[in-house]
Amino acid sequence: MSGTVNKEKKQRIKTSPEYKNSDFEVRTLDTHCVNASEKEVPLWYNLKYMVAGILFGIILVKAEVISWFRIQEMFRLESFHMYGVIGTAVVVGAISIFLIKKVNIKTVHGEVIDFQDKKFNKGQIYGGLIFGLGWAITGACPGPLFAQLGTGATVVAITILSAIAGTWVYGKLRDRLPG
Amino acid sequence: MLELIKQPWHWSVSGLLIGLTVPLLLILGNKSFGISANLRHICAACFPANIPFFKYDWKKEVWNLFYALGIIIGGFVAAHFLHDPAQVQVAPTLAADLAAKGITDYSELVPSQLFNWDNLLTIKGLFFFVIGGFLVGFGTRYAGGCTSGHAISGLANLQWPSLVATICFMVGGFISANLIVPFLLNL
Repeated sequence: MSGTVNKEKKQRIKTSPEYKNSDFEVRTLDTHCVNASEKEVPLWYNLKYMVAGILFGIILVKAEVISWFRIQEMFRLESFHMYGVIGTAVVVGAISIFLIKKVNIKTVHGEVIDFQDKKFNKGQIYGGLIFGLGWAITGACPGPLFAQLGTGATVVAITILSAIAGTWVYGKLRDRLPG
Repeated sequence: MLELIKQPWHWSVSGLLIGLTVPLLLILGNKSFGISANLRHICAACFPANIPFFKYDWKKEVWNLFYALGIIIGGFVAAHFLHDPAQVQVAPTLAADLAAKGITDYSELVPSQLFNWDNLLTIKGLFFFVIGGFLVGFGTRYAGGCTSGHAISGLANLQWPSLVATICFMVGGFISANLIVPFLLNL
């Protein structure tokens, strides 16, 4: 059943205007962009994601994941905390995904939940190393940057703007980078 | 109960709740947990500049921008209503090294002696905010994801490219925290 739906979905994507202007092609290179729901929904439907984000922001702060000190401890091997957090999250996420696939759980709108495989490219090595260098300096990856800003560390707005600039420059240079 | 919530949470509780974000977003609407994509959506929405990488319908991904806005609000809520007045506890070896660099204030999770507006126009600020942020934005997009997209959702879905990315995040972080950050703190 889910196979048929996926096939239909792919067919629809192939015949959609985005496919022709290579929008979809670009988006597949970033697997976070292809999971978009096919359903047209009013803008206010997205408020549920804001609520989920509020919860996530609170968790990031209380878990001390937004702590610059915790990130230093992790990379200096001085504390187990961050390894425990990320390790537990991966295990819980993996069990959840296994159950979603096994029991064929649908979304609250009754849509099939689908997963895209990530394709390997050398960008994961070069980009990964570059991000790692930045992560230890800022003491935050993108999620915690937003949470840090919320806690009142307003100067982090500059870090976020710089991260947007970094993303833009990547987009600009993309064709000339190895990967 | 509220007093318990105000204290820093144990890694197992924190990890459990962060892990549950993965199925929560999938069940709410088939959304894959990944935050750095927002940086790309902001570029696509505000400065596409005819660059193919930013020419897509970012409005389809607007849920993620709502999610990021929620994270900012969540940070505000946690800081104002769930604040723990106690000092942030850090490893003694780290505290000793930081004290030698003039960082002694443990009242906030983000060291206020480093992350303040007065530092913005200094060489230190250039590295800690501007260059650090640039590396995060450039690197995550080059890698196709950050800690949430690769290390959590990618690994949870058993994607080996995400494992490669995660190992590289860690290698970069080890080099940076041990060799580069101590140098930058001296500036």
